[in-house]
Amino acid sequence: MELAEEKLDEHHLDEKEVLDVVVRFAGDSGDGMQLAGTNFTQATALYGNDLSTFPDFPAEIRAPVGATFGVSAFQIYFGAEDVTTAGDATDVLVAMNPAALVTNLENLIDGGLIIVDSGAFTAKNLTKAKYESNPLEDGSLDGFRVFSIDIHKQVLAAVEPFGLSHKDALRCKNMWTLGLVMWLFDRDRSATIENLKTKFANKPAIADSNIAALNAGHAYGETAELPAGIHVYKVPKAKVAPGTYRNITGTQALAWGLIAGSELADIDLLFASYPITPASNLLHELASHKEFRVNTFQAEDEIAAVCAAVGASFAGSLGITSSAGPGIALKSEGMALAAAAELPLVVINTQRGGPSTGLPTKTEQSDFNMAMYGRHGDTPIPVVAASTSIDCFDVAIEAVRLAAKYMTPVILLSDGYLANAAEPWKIPQADSLPSFNIRHYDDPTNFKPSIRNEETLARVWAKPGTPGMEHRIGGIERSYDTGEISYDPTNHQKMTELRKAKVDGIAKDIPLQEVCYGNDSGKLAVVGWGSTFGAIHQAVKRAVAEGLDVSHIQVRYLSPMPGNLGELLSNFDAIIIPEMNTGQFIKLIRSEFLIDADGINKIAGQPFKIGEILAAIHKKYIELEEGV
Amino acid sequence: MNQALPTLTLKDFASDQEVRWCPGCGDYAILKTIQKLMPDLDTPRENQVFVSGIGCSSRFPYYMNTFGFHTIHGRAPAIATGVKLANPELDVWVITGDGDGFSIGGNHMMHVLRRNVDLQILLFNNEIYGLTKGQYSPTSQVGTHSPSSPNGSIDSPLSPCLVALGSGGTFIARSIDTEAKHLTAVVKRGHEHLGAAFVEILQNCPIYNDGIFEQVKDKKVAPDFRVEVIHDEPLKFGKNNEKGIALNRDSLRLEIVSVKGNEDRLLIHDETNKIQAQLIAAMVGPDFPVAVGVLYRENKTSFIHDAQVQVEKARGTTRSLEGLLNSGHTWEVD
Repeated sequence: MELAEEKLDEHHLDEKEVLDVVVRFAGDSGDGMQLAGTNFTQATALYGNDLSTFPDFPAEIRAPVGATFGVSAFQIYFGAEDVTTAGDATDVLVAMNPAALVTNLENLIDGGLIIVDSGAFTAKNLTKAKYESNPLEDGSLDGFRVFSIDIHKQVLAAVEPFGLSHKDALRCKNMWTLGLVMWLFDRDRSATIENLKTKFANKPAIADSNIAALNAGHAYGETAELPAGIHVYKVPKAKVAPGTYRNITGTQALAWGLIAGSELADIDLLFASYPITPASNLLHELASHKEFRVNTFQAEDEIAAVCAAVGASFAGSLGITSSAGPGIALKSEGMALAAAAELPLVVINTQRGGPSTGLPTKTEQSDFNMAMYGRHGDTPIPVVAASTSIDCFDVAIEAVRLAAKYMTPVILLSDGYLANAAEPWKIPQADSLPSFNIRHYDDPTNFKPSIRNEETLARVWAKPGTPGMEHRIGGIERSYDTGEISYDPTNHQKMTELRKAKVDGIAKDIPLQEVCYGNDSGKLAVVGWGSTFGAIHQAVKRAVAEGLDVSHIQVRYLSPMPGNLGELLSNFDAIIIPEMNTGQFIKLIRSEFLIDADGINKIAGQPFKIGEILAAIHKKYIELEEGV
Repeated sequence: MNQALPTLTLKDFASDQEVRWCPGCGDYAILKTIQKLMPDLDTPRENQVFVSGIGCSSRFPYYMNTFGFHTIHGRAPAIATGVKLANPELDVWVITGDGDGFSIGGNHMMHVLRRNVDLQILLFNNEIYGLTKGQYSPTSQVGTHSPSSPNGSIDSPLSPCLVALGSGGTFIARSIDTEAKHLTAVVKRGHEHLGAAFVEILQNCPIYNDGIFEQVKDKKVAPDFRVEVIHDEPLKFGKNNEKGIALNRDSLRLEIVSVKGNEDRLLIHDETNKIQAQLIAAMVGPDFPVAVGVLYRENKTSFIHDAQVQVEKARGTTRSLEGLLNSGHTWEVD
């Protein structure tokens, strides 16, 4: 069933000033659209707009040229007010070939602007995109503003002085196009020029050609005779808090959060992982930061990765492993070993579309149930979820803290959207982050591996290499009193209850649930977890602006949940829970708190649109008003 | 600290746990041998870590008064890799069996060997699943009658030492559970080895596979069924060392010859010769004696060492969280 969606306020591309814009760069996976997009993002951040970006690429690395399944896109939403999603509909579509046009046209607003490379609209490419006639000529694009340029020809002319091969010369198309888009929104090219000089430091001719193409694209906008309705658009700067900012993806924020966690805990990390989309970038990022207390291990498989992490934790480091759904499934036995042996472990799941291989490059939240329940035995494991790219930083630190303090595995849920999406981040002061020194146990007097902290119920962490701490642990049930193997029935009951009590007790050590937008009680609350934050936030904000009594609650701590969550939810007449799955969190809310809730479920591999959540709010609101 | 370390004995390495293997199990002898050789190793007890998977042999760490981690089926090599990466100072042992190490955990065994992770891997090979009550294992001979193969097993067995060689192992040895002196010598050499030291220990299961190695163990017949390989020495066996092993240079096959008259044809054991190691590791009865001793040894940098070099090089640069967070492109908002 397709979700109801409301079209948001019309954008007016015929005005000189627009409050926010969605630009989507689309082309072949080899066309360099991601590079064009990231450079445009940087220029936009420097300009002073708030923004959010989302790269949308196919699973194929280099699909056949011109194929629809090989289209790679980069979307940026920027504006004068706070931006928390990558945008519902596209205002400006850059289509480098017919395949990019046909696969992205549906999401373009009426009257939206299409910038196309007419040089790529050859008979062959049109056929590959299954066009029966050339859309640039047959009138099918009449409802849009079409800016059709033979970018092939323009680029070849612009880079001609540098003596590149025909093929290399054409590879500058993305920079030419970027130059034009930068002109369109009055962006400064200097940062991109610096980036190109750095990127091609060893290939000056390539650097110069790309810079020439960028400038030529910009000059084209300035001097060419433009079709009616196309001009420079002004997007006012956003009001943001003063400070130093940077752009950051969820993956980078997560990696840096883990590094920060190790510094704050004063402990070494071993990050053991096996490559899998979309989680691999976390391994890449950490592998290049061994100057911190981080070591990385690319294991032979997912099981070895979690096991090496558990081994590292036994040895006194904090073991971390990471994967996406199918890989996490393989790790489940290792996670349960850490739970049984009461060793710290952080397991990061960058969720993707499932089941099985599913949609490796697309996003979903369908591993909630696996995180909560997907284990043999009675094995509670704390679960936390990041809600935005920058939130990944704080959640990573929190996962490190909980794992080390409570001697337990902790599952951190991210997803493909958060991993790749970037947003501006006001960089925190490193020395303002709260430290939580972790101490290994080293008192040999009456030492037993079963000694616990009475408050947290955490077992002692006694690491090899410490005299007098020699002990044996493992996956077999252990005696509560001595830590030695025990098959005693009463002891097993006690230990099972202890493991549960330990995890439940974390609820006392986490912040109470707050309402992130709107009132603490009222008619309707939209409750989310994870990456649905951005769309819910915008939808609730718009609903409140319309005068509706709606609040937004985003839950970070999924297990255990904040102690006040049930009470907070009971303060609302109705609850809506949007999830990118068939309704997993909602079952937990219903069963834990005996509160009814309506689910909005999107399982399309794409994040929610603001208009989809807004439509659900309106529908529910009307029901509430009419008392049905 | 210049204080001399107290001298430890076997008893210091025996934990207070009651050993629960079946009476007559070969594991008892191996345990005793390892406990006894520990004081001779130049590693403090608190740096000794025994990691095991699942199976009879994997109970071993509970009986060692060292650090021990009894983990999950087949994964001990991966867990041990994590232990050693986290703290390269530790002396890490993997205790595994033929099912644990080469069936469910075959993949990890292959990779820990090719990486040359600095561990001692003791494989207790009894050619049967003991703890699950007697099913055939990946080293069981074809035709093994077991609860899961009532008509005889039809799987071809693998040779642990050959697989270890094929995986790029750098120290590959074979010994026997009850041959304390030989086992001690082999394990000590493995301990000295930089990288993964793989020792296959032929171990008798008196309950489910009793006597499977009787020919190589029984003092009366063993001289005819096993050959002890010693570096730089000719391969001789038999009660009076009257038989020898020679390489037929035309067929590239090994053959048994009488020593008398063939002295200059006898194969001289060269631990560093991989081709030769493959030939002698593959020798099985009844046609050939089983080779025991260090079959192959290669000097190669260890994974842990190389990982350390990279980490130390990176740590040589200054690190600051503040610097990381502010690295790359940033901008100021007033």
